Formats: sequence, C-alpha cells, structure tokens
Amino acid sequence: MSAAIGFEDWQALVQLYADYAHVVDAGLWEQWPEFFIEDCVYRVQPRENHERGFPLATLSFESKGMLKDRAYGIRETLFHDPYYQRHVVGLPRLLGEADGRFDVEANYAVFRTKLSQLSTVYNVGRSLDVVVRTAEGLKFARREFIYDSEMIPNSMIYPL
Amino acid sequence: MNAPIALAELTAAPMNWERGTSRIPFAVYNDPALHTLELQRFFYEKHWCYVGLEAEIPKPGDYKRTEIGERSVILVRALDGAIHVVENACAHRGVAFCRARHGNAQAFVCPYHQWNYALDGRLRGVPMRHGVKRDGVVQGGMPADFNFAEHGLTRLKVAVRGGVVFASFDHDVEPFEDFVGPEVLRYFDRLFDGRKLNILGYNRQRIPGNWKLMQENIKDPYHPGLLHTWFVTFGLWRADNRAQMVMDARHRHAAMISTRGNAGAVTEVSRVSSFKQTMALHDPRFLDIVPEPWWNGPTAVMTTLFPSVILQQQVNSVSTRQIVPDGHGHFDFVWTHFGFEDDTPEMTQRRLRQANLFGPAGFVSADDGEVIEFSQESFEAKPGHRTLVELGGDEVADTDHMVTETLIRGMYRYWREVMAR
Repeated sequence: MSAAIGFEDWQALVQLYADYAHVVDAGLWEQWPEFFIEDCVYRVQPRENHERGFPLATLSFESKGMLKDRAYGIRETLFHDPYYQRHVVGLPRLLGEADGRFDVEANYAVFRTKLSQLSTVYNVGRSLDVVVRTAEGLKFARREFIYDSEMIPNSMIYPL
Repeated sequence: MNAPIALAELTAAPMNWERGTSRIPFAVYNDPALHTLELQRFFYEKHWCYVGLEAEIPKPGDYKRTEIGERSVILVRALDGAIHVVENACAHRGVAFCRARHGNAQAFVCPYHQWNYALDGRLRGVPMRHGVKRDGVVQGGMPADFNFAEHGLTRLKVAVRGGVVFASFDHDVEPFEDFVGPEVLRYFDRLFDGRKLNILGYNRQRIPGNWKLMQENIKDPYHPGLLHTWFVTFGLWRADNRAQMVMDARHRHAAMISTRGNAGAVTEVSRVSSFKQTMALHDPRFLDIVPEPWWNGPTAVMTTLFPSVILQQQVNSVSTRQIVPDGHGHFDFVWTHFGFEDDTPEMTQRRLRQANLFGPAGFVSADDGEVIEFSQESFEAKPGHRTLVELGGDEVADTDHMVTETLIRGMYRYWREVMAR
C-alpha cells in the first residue's frame, strides 16, 4: 500500500465496495447511480483496448444521468434473458490518497446464473477507481472495470 | 473434393423447402455436417472474407491474428509495405505458431523446430536441413530434393479497398469488386471513401447461435423498430422511415438504407409496445447526432457482405462486425469501431458515446444476441420445423421500404444455389 489512511477511512472504503456489490447483485438499479457523483465516469472496457490505448469501451458513461438512463434501459427497453449476477470483490488496493480523493484498484470476479442453468464465470478483471469524500460520504468519481475476459458471453445487460 | 467434405455431403440433413425460401428449415442451423460443407463453400472457396483494416497494421512488420471461418490466419504488412494474409499453421507439423493477437515481426518463426518464414509466407530457413556433421560424417538432414518453394505457409489472395482488407484461400476467386457487385459496392465506397481510418477499439462477444442468424439479423429491417425501443422511440429506425433494401445480383450481400424520420411522433407504427412516447434521456449526449457530408442523406446504412462481415453506419457510429463461426451452434462477433483521419476530437468523442448503443452491451444491439440465442434453442429442440420469412410475400427483390423480409429470402436463395439443397 503506497498510502496510509486512518482506520475510519479504510472502513468506509471497504464498506463502499461491499455496498456497491450488494446493490448491483440485488438488481437495485435505481440505487446504483447514487454511488457516483454527478460528474462521474463509469466504464467497462476490454483489457485489450485499455493496454493498447484504444478509447472504446463496452459501456462508457460520463455522467450520473447516463447511469440513470442505463438503469431505465434495464427495466424498460433492453430485452434480455433475466440472470443473477454475483460479485466477488477483493480487498481494495489503495494506490494513493490526497485531499479527500482515493485512487483504488480492486480485483473482481462476476458469476452469472441464468434461470434453469448452471452458474458460470461471467466477467473477470480489476476496477480502477477514484473515490471522493462528499457530504453524503464516500462516492465514486470514476469506476473503470478493465476485464480480462476475452469474450462477453452473448451480452452484458446489467452494470458490473 | 477431400474426404471430410465428401462425407459431409453424404450425411448432411435433407432439406424440405416450401414457397421458395420463405420458410427456412431449422435444419440449416443445426447440422454439424452441413456446417462443415458451409465452411468449405462459403468461407474457404469462391468468397472474399473480411480480415481487418489497414489501419490495424500501419507499419512494416505489423501483424494481426484473426480467423476466416474456423481457420487461423495472419494479416501482415511486409517490410516493403505490401499486405499479405497467410495461414497460421506451420508447414512442418501444423503448429498454429502465432499466439499473440497483434505485434510487429521481422519474420515468422515456429517455436517447435524453428522453421522460419518471411512475412509473405515464403519458407526461408529449416534448421539442420543439411544434416549435422559428426566425426566428419553428415548425419540426417532433409532429402536432397527438399524444395523450399513447396513448403511455405498457405498464402491467401488479398484484396484491399478503401482501407479494408479481404482475403480468400481460393486463388481463383472472382475480383473483389465483382464479388460485391455494383449495387452494394456503392454503399461500401460511401463508408470507405479513401480517408484514412483511426481504430477506436474492439468489442468481442460469443453468441450461442448459428452464424447465419447474425447475417439474417442485419438483413431484417422488420425487427429494429419493434425489438429496439431506442430505435422506434427516437426515430432512428422505424417502419415509416424512408428506406431502401438493395441486393447484389446473386442476393448474397445487401444494404439496408434508412433515413431518420419522425422522432417521437405518434403515428401508425408508434402503436407498437416498445414505443415510449414520454421517454426522455437524462443525458441527451447519447444521441448528439451531427450529420456528416459523406452520408449524402441516409442516417443509417447496414451492409451485409456474405459470409463474414457487417459494415455499420448508424448515425455517427461506424464499425465493422466480423463473424467467426465456431461449430454450427456458436459464433464470435468481433466489433472494430473506427473513425476517420479528419475527425475533430469532438467527433471522436461523439462516435465513442454513440458506441453505447451498439456492441454486446449496447442499448440497441445487446438484445440482438439475446434473440439469436433463443432462436437457436428452438432449432435444436425441434429440428423438423421451419421459420417463416414471408413479410412482403415470397419473392426476392429490392424494395423502397422496410416492411419486408426479402433480404433473408434472397440470402437463402443464394445459399440453396451454392449448397445444392
């Protein structure tokens, strides 16, 4: 760990990651944008693009409004086979801290379970995050999921 | 004809067609023997298949590994700048030696016995070809009549047009321009008009369905305004838009051309359940559409080049979508998004934002993969049945509207000619 933070900050950070995973695994899509500040970045990007410097991402949102549009899309416009997703997230790895801003990396694996089918490994990678202090507690200013998984198994409907 | 092909010919499922090609037997999506025949007849002979964009290999020595059908090939720019496509299979023991997906090389070397090939596939070096001398005696070595010229990598025929590279294992294939035909080539040239391309990146998805279903999806103008709420609600693609369906003379390729019309307006077609009159975006930048001069009118042109690729222009989002079959029941779908050399930073940003509509998570495209999967499920479960593509009758002809399934019927008319089934 390259930065040392107090126990309270560390606890809040770990709680943020745990709460986030709970919301996206429980399908609470309306709560999902609330983990972010208004002027945020949310991206899900193949590792290939990330490492080669290509800007394209599988999902690329630049505001909390875009996250709300996605939440609406999941409920109302994206026809899809329903599935459960389950995040297993490693402990956040603190890369730096300054002025109430935390740079964090965390490994994750997401399992997918479709109705009447076996559970499978759906998407694996790490997130590169910027967490900031706000009046309502810690929020994400940036979440970038950089996935190792070479193929998306058909589609990605729900946010990681 | 080689033995596996002959065997496939004998064992492929019988077909029962009715009303031309307006009722498609489920068996065309289901049968491993038929799939083997299709790979041979569509991917390995008489057709040009997409392998990539010149912009992916800008410098001498740059290469990219990809597939044609189920065979691994390498697209490479030789040291003299010429573009070659060679099969990724060592002439010695068949090793698929190229493991990186892209890179830069002076030569190709198989790790197993270090056979060495020039970037154009010619064999350059065979270790111990002349044997090894011990105690003054030469031991082993290749036969005296070993001919390097006979043992290169399989070299494919290459066609480059507008910065797009196609290749064929079949050196007797007709010229690329004749293969596409003037009707569809017009739309190819509209998108690839000679400007240099900038690669924006890739998306890769594996879809559990027969590869032809993706060709059919982009030859089906009926579904976008029904399945895709965003298209019908924001007027991007709906049945009352001005549209044209254009095919080549053999009906294998097609262009679906549409011009954005009544965004939001309530009309006959907006009574479909996917239309949401009150839907508004929290962030309208998803649809910050700026017309470009090269469009010359149409806001969307979706071109299918049979069998291997789809060329996408949906407003400001442009991409190629490569179809890579993996058995009869799966295919990989590889999206390469790009822009043009004269794009402003704002236009690049716009293309990237609109890319949220497309790809495996796209507001529009994600559900295409879903419905393909569900179709395949029924094909497997009920092999004796057939689909129905009778919108607009059972004829095959260009139209000036999108209330038709004529392009799918056309594709299967061609399929039947080639497959003799």
